Order: sequence, then C-alpha cells, then structure tokens
Amino acid sequence: MSTATETEHGGWLGLSVKRKEDDRFIVGRGNYIEDIRLPNMLYMAILRSPFAHAKINSIDTSRASELPGVVVVVTGAILAEHKLAWMPTLSGDTQAVLATDKVRMQGQEVACVIAEDVYVAHDALDLIDVDYEPLEAVTTPQAALEAGAPLIRDDKEDQADNKIYHWEAGDAEATEKAFAEADKVVRLVTHYPRCHPAPLECCGCVADVNPATGKATIYMTSQAPHAHRTVFALVAGLPEQNIQIISPDIGGGFGNKVPIYPGYVVATAASLLLGRPVKWIEDRTGNLISTGFARDFYMDGELALKSDGTMTGLRVKMLSDQGYAFADAQPSKFKAGLFHIVTGSYDIPAAHVVTEGAYTNKAPGGVAYRCSFRVTEASYFVERLVQTAAYELGVDPAELRRQNFIPPEKFPYTSATGFEYDSGNYEPALDQALERVGYKELREEQKRAREQGKLIGIGLASFTEVVGAGPSRQYDIIGIKMFDSAELRVHPTGKAILKLGVKSQGQGHETTFAQIVAHELGIPPEDVTVQEGDTDNTPYGLGTYASRSTPVAGAATSVAARKVRDKAKKLAAHLLEAAEDDLEWETGKFFVRGAPERAKTIQEIAFAAYTDHPEGMEAGLEAVDYYDPPNMTYPFGTYAVVVEVDRGTGEWKVRKVVAVDDCGTRINPMIVDGQIMGGLTEGYGIAAMELITFDEDGNCIGSNFMDYLLPGSWDTPSFELGETVTPSPHHPIGAKGVGESATVGSPAAYVNAVIDALAHAGVRNIDMPLTSGKVWAALNEAGLAE
Amino acid sequence: MITETKPTTHQIAVTVNGAEHSLEVEPRLLLVHLLREKLGLTGTHVGCDTTSCGACTVLVDGVPIKSCTHFAVQVDGREVKTVEGLKQGADLHPIQVGFKEEHGLQCGFCTPGMMLVTSVLLEENPDPTEEEIRWAISGNICRCTGYQNIVKAVQWAAKNMGESA
Repeated sequence: MSTATETEHGGWLGLSVKRKEDDRFIVGRGNYIEDIRLPNMLYMAILRSPFAHAKINSIDTSRASELPGVVVVVTGAILAEHKLAWMPTLSGDTQAVLATDKVRMQGQEVACVIAEDVYVAHDALDLIDVDYEPLEAVTTPQAALEAGAPLIRDDKEDQADNKIYHWEAGDAEATEKAFAEADKVVRLVTHYPRCHPAPLECCGCVADVNPATGKATIYMTSQAPHAHRTVFALVAGLPEQNIQIISPDIGGGFGNKVPIYPGYVVATAASLLLGRPVKWIEDRTGNLISTGFARDFYMDGELALKSDGTMTGLRVKMLSDQGYAFADAQPSKFKAGLFHIVTGSYDIPAAHVVTEGAYTNKAPGGVAYRCSFRVTEASYFVERLVQTAAYELGVDPAELRRQNFIPPEKFPYTSATGFEYDSGNYEPALDQALERVGYKELREEQKRAREQGKLIGIGLASFTEVVGAGPSRQYDIIGIKMFDSAELRVHPTGKAILKLGVKSQGQGHETTFAQIVAHELGIPPEDVTVQEGDTDNTPYGLGTYASRSTPVAGAATSVAARKVRDKAKKLAAHLLEAAEDDLEWETGKFFVRGAPERAKTIQEIAFAAYTDHPEGMEAGLEAVDYYDPPNMTYPFGTYAVVVEVDRGTGEWKVRKVVAVDDCGTRINPMIVDGQIMGGLTEGYGIAAMELITFDEDGNCIGSNFMDYLLPGSWDTPSFELGETVTPSPHHPIGAKGVGESATVGSPAAYVNAVIDALAHAGVRNIDMPLTSGKVWAALNEAGLAE
Repeated sequence: MITETKPTTHQIAVTVNGAEHSLEVEPRLLLVHLLREKLGLTGTHVGCDTTSCGACTVLVDGVPIKSCTHFAVQVDGREVKTVEGLKQGADLHPIQVGFKEEHGLQCGFCTPGMMLVTSVLLEENPDPTEEEIRWAISGNICRCTGYQNIVKAVQWAAKNMGESA
C-alpha cells in the first residue's frame, strides 16, 4: 500500500472543480424518489397511531376497502401471515412493520392503504376504524428503568424490563485510582437532547415486483443500497439476485436514510402481492415523528485533574433514550456507538465509560445525524467538561486545552478507551482559530463589557472525530463488514466510468471521486462518470454515512486506479517496445526514462487495451478494489464562537464563528468548505433550536417545521474558515473525511460561548437547545437578568 | 384516476413557463401536484407540506408562492413559472450559473425554490446587500449548504447580470 508521503500532491487534488452534478439540479432535472413514476403504479398512504402506548383491540378496514379506488388495505395481521409483521433493526433488535398487538409510539405504522390515486389513499385512512385502549406511556429513560414501569417490549420473550444494554469501555480500576489521587474533580451533568436530521426530502420508495420474473426493483431513499438489498433478502426471503435497489438522487440524508423503515417493507410486500408498482412518499410529520431521530443521551461525567491543570482521568455514565426499539445503525460490537472516544483531543491516561440504553414509548432511531456513531455526543461532552474545568481551576479554557492536547510526537496514539488515533497536530489549529477570532482582544473586551453590564462569551471546541469505518476486524453492520468498493473501467476512447458502493446525498461524489481518478490516472474529471446507488450496476459497499465515503470508497478508488495504472504500464511497454522497468509515470502518460518524447498517454494506452493488446494479456482496462481500511481516520479542528447575550430577554446573537478544520488532504477545497459550512449551520440549529420533545402522554412536540425549528437564512451566522493539513498516514491519498466535522465540533462551541458569557456568575450548564427562555432563566438564577 | 371519487371538477386555464394549458381539476388539487403530476414538471419539490420550507416555491404572475398549500384552481387565468422556465432561451439564467459557480447547492432539493425567489429579488433589486438577500430567502430552508454560499451565488448573479445589462 502506498502511503500519503509517497503521493505527490497537486495535479487534480486540491482543485476546486465545479460540481458535475449541479448541471441537472439547477435546471430542475434531478431525479429524486418522488419524481419516479412507473406505468400502472399504485400509491400507498400510512395510518399512524395517535397514541404513544395503547393496546389494539381491533382494526376494521371494511369502510376504507369499499372506497372506490382503494385496492387493498394492509394490516399487521395480513403481514403476520407472511411473517412480515416484525422486522429486524440494524442493532439486532426487532421493530414492528405494522402494529398487531400494541402501538408503542405515537406515529407508529398501523395500516397502509394502497390505492389508484394518492389523494384517495389518504381519504381512505380516515375510514379505517381502530379500537385503541390507551396505556400509560413511558417518556423518559429514567422512568423506564424504575421498578414497576410499564413493560414496553412485552412482545419479546426474554425482555423482563425496559433495559436494552449495559456496555462499558476503558479501565475502571485505573480510572478509580486517578480520581482517588486527583487534586481537583470537575463534574458536568447534561442532556444532549433528541433532535432529527430532517433532510429536506422525506423518505420514500417505489417498489416494483415483476410477477413474471420475480425481480424486485426497489427505488428508495437509501444511503446504503447494498446493505439494504441484503436486509430485504433476509427479511422478505427474496433471492438476493432478484432484488435491485436503486437509490436515485437523494435530497439530503444526514443519517436519516440509513435505516429500513416500515413504509419500504409494506410497499414492497404490496407490490409482490398485487403485481403492480407501489409508490410511498412520506409526509413531513411522518418523517419527524417516526423515522430515525438522533442523540438523546443523558451524560454525567467527571474529569480528574492535578492542581497544575494536568488531566489524569475521565469517567462518564451515560443513559440513552432509544425509543421502543434499539435501532441505532452502528457497528454491532459497540452498543453506544463510538461514544467511548469521549477523551477527545486530550492525553488522559485513564478513562472509564459506562453506558446504558432504555426503551421508551418514542420512535426508534438513534441514527448518526451527520455523525460517526455517537462521536457527536462524546465530543460535545468532553468539550463542555473541559470548559467547565477551566472555570473551576480559574485558568483560560484555551490554555487548559493546549496543556492537555495529545502532543504531535505521540501519534499514532492509543487512547485510554482503545482507539488508535492515526495522526494529529492540535496546537496549530487552536492557534489559528485564536488568532483569527482575535482571542486575546476578545478576553479584554469581555472584561470591559462586563464592567458595563454587557455579556459577551467566547466558546471553543477542539474536537477530534473518529470516522471512516472501518477496519473489518472491528466494524460491521449486522455482521456485514465495513469495507467499501470501487470498480473502474476505462473505455477504448480513454473515458472512464467509476462505480461505487457508497451513495451521495449531496456531498458531491460525482466530482470528488472523478478527481481522485484524475489524480491517479490523468483522465480529466469531465471524462470520468461516477455511478452510485444501483445495486445491479455497482460493487458491494456499505454506503454513505459516518464520513466514510472518502476514507473508504475514496481509498478504494485510488487503489483501483493504481491497479489500472499497473496494467497500463504493461501496455505502454508493449506499445513503446521498452522494458517496464524503463518506463516512468507522469500524470496522464508513461514515457521512456531519458527519452520523454517516447511516451504514450493513458488515452492511447486505453485504446490499445482493446485494439492492440499483446498476446497473452487479457483485453480491457479495468479494475475492482474492495478496500478494508487498516484504521479509522481522525479529523480534528478548533472552532471558536463569539456571542452576545441580551440580559433582558435571554436572546443570544452570534457575532463571529471561526472554524479551523484539519481533514487531511483536501481533494476539492470548495466541496470541503461547503461541507463544513453546512455542518456549522446544522450545528447552530442543534445548539439553538432543533428539538424533538414529548409531553407526558408521549405526544411528539416537533412534528412539523412550524414546531421543529430549523436554522434559516436570517438567523444563521456567517462563518470564517481556516485549515491545517495533517494527512492520514494510512489512506492512499491522505484524506480523512469531512462531512461531519462541523456538526460534531460546533454545538459545543456555540454552547460554550453562551455559558462563557454567564460563567463569571457561576453558570456552568444549560441543556440544548439554548432557547432564549432557558438562557433567560439561567440569567435570572445567576442574578444577571435585567 | 378513479372518476367516482372526484367530487366536482373545475376547468382551469393556466400558462406555465409560457405554455398554455387547459385542464380539468379537482378543487382540492394542490398546485404542486398539478405541476408535478399533471404537467410532469418535477423540478418543484415538496419538503414540508406546511408552507414552512419553500422547496415548492413557484412564481404566480411573478410573485413567489408556496405551491404545496396553494390550490391549482387558484392559478386559473394566471401565469406560473417553475424552475424549468428559468432558462432564458437556450442560456442558463445567471442565477443558475451563480449557484454552480459559488457552490450554492449540495443535494439540490431546495435549489429550485431558492433560485426562483432570488430571481425575483434581482429583478426588483439588481444590487442587493447581503442582508437583503438573506431576507429574501428567509422563507426557504436549506439543510445541506447553509446560506453563506447561497448569498454568494446571488451576489454572483447580481454582478453578472449587471455586467451583461
């Protein structure tokens, strides 16, 4: 394997090539799920439970079935006949496809109407009569674990309570010792609340089972089409070669389109039953109340320090609200995802993490909302805790970070909970962020402002991520190892098609991955078509989430291209009548050493691969690579946020955001910056407003975009971006992945800024989202309100 | 289509992107469905169903409206413009070029609505400030890009429209 140090940067790397995919989107010719229309197609609508917890006494579909235009009303009882009433989740639990015995969350799928017209399908929902017997709803994980709490999963024989898992990482004994010997212990108790990825496009599918051939073509909003094909084969018992998943253009995913939802399953079952295509498009309320939520971690942790500020130990207890099914899309070994990366950027010799998950009467999910398996919660916690420690020690939060950073000479670094950080150099990113934001001057200004009764806060976050799952020895999804793949075919005219197992949802793969091929082979990006999403026409891969496309599929692309180059060299030797050893490569051509005029371009070589290949050599010029990364990648950075807090109202306004990111080699800086700005926007939303909450009966508050608030153009701040570059030593071109850095790193920076404005009065925590009401209450309590 | 379930229908005449259409529609048919399902113009998207996100924005007689909560019968006798009608002859509208040049889109789902709203802004105000651009698009939500590059895209279009005028 080549290493980054052997790779000459330049050429097509680091160039802000304009995106190829934009050409169709700017003229309205994208092809999203709702745009797909097949002949003779039927439409499906879902009846959802109004109750969070209720026994179903009966479901009467007779009135609905009689409505002209209705073809069939599907219930759990019908699915049960085919053993399809329940399905497995990506964490090895079960989830109802359509409720049979009980409903266990508001919005749970109870019945589906299949009709000739989408309006008629929705009309018929009102004609389904369900007799519910409401039960007490469990709406917090704390309540769920109390003795005598209603048992949510009484359908599971081995489930006597509402506890899902207990999982620990790190060294309890060593950590205990560190705390016993500590000069100072600082504690933070905080809740990372439930929020929702809320991509602008909801989920949906068009299932088309051909009764003559048995072939099931399922167009669906899938971030992981190959994995979904295998799940369909296992769940529905369909032969896998007869299943084709096609994930068309996706209108944003952010983790929401990783799980398999009941709508996909019922539409496919209905198409199989009826022999006609069935289309299901989710509405926004359905999306927000029933599909994969994110976060919902209650965290209670402590940091042990020496009096000089040296961090010596970290311990965290975490309780997770999983909803009524354990459905995190995450590696099976790790029950709380990668939350145990909670030591973050700091050289903390001892750490211990105790995690528990509980069932509640809420939607399942726990998806990684622009996040690598719970690294967001971990990063948020440690960055908030370090800030708290700085206040308690009376030192500058920036300097406490600097003092405890893992020093560059310690990489590769093995953390106390077992991660092996590939590369890092944290101080330059911190320094740059402080410089750009004007940190010293701001601290002076903050002091002066306080004297004048004004509140300014400066918040920092020096995050480290863990992305690019993953080495297959450690990482799998329902047993499928987390490699990824690339198949590169160079056509006779020197144009190429690259087929990938991942799937873009807006990240710009068609451009970025074409640039990788261009870098490796000298075929310009415009001559490389990137194909994704169609399982019949792409090699197997685990999909796009957890910032894994560039680290894994990007590496596979490089390696496949290098395999092509190896064969091209043999062809060039034949064409130039030279020994292979006498040939040198310069992007786009081989030439004879010492005689640069004797050269063959990759295009000439490609033509020869089909027209003039030497005897004994296979024709064609193509290669496949299934890439199993030797390690995860560890992007990092420092974000700095400056806020002003209104003492009269609790409103806070962002004055400045500086984000310095290190994602290793940048393939397309324009796209990298775009990913970061998008993440900073979502991070702001999470810190300030995005909240899925419930009343005591389990009614979801946040079921539409009037209640579930998203950042808009008017309130979202502007961002100033900076970069440092520390390549990954194990990735073929040194890239680390960047799609999630800003959602992982920024919420802590925003919150730290608001807390910083109030910290002198003793305020240490306000749980997100930091609505003005909550901030005002904190101001009031601290005696700062005006 | 099942005729039995249709209550009453109305005859409407509407011009969409310069082409005249005469259609018989249910009174409850939403404008976005008229465009997408009856006329095959799938560039207009549905994001929220509640007039909140702006993905479904189209222009009715030159005014941006959210077509997910507008009935088709309300455009009887009017002119509708969708993203498919944004091109100026064979050429892309500068706003379309601006979005590509300044990386003002990622997944592309909000983009048609954003472009239509800002095309109206630029007609009324050829040289808008950042604040004016942010105000103009404040009814449209973008989840991938955020707004900074969208602002730049509009500024790019403003500059280039100014130069070509």
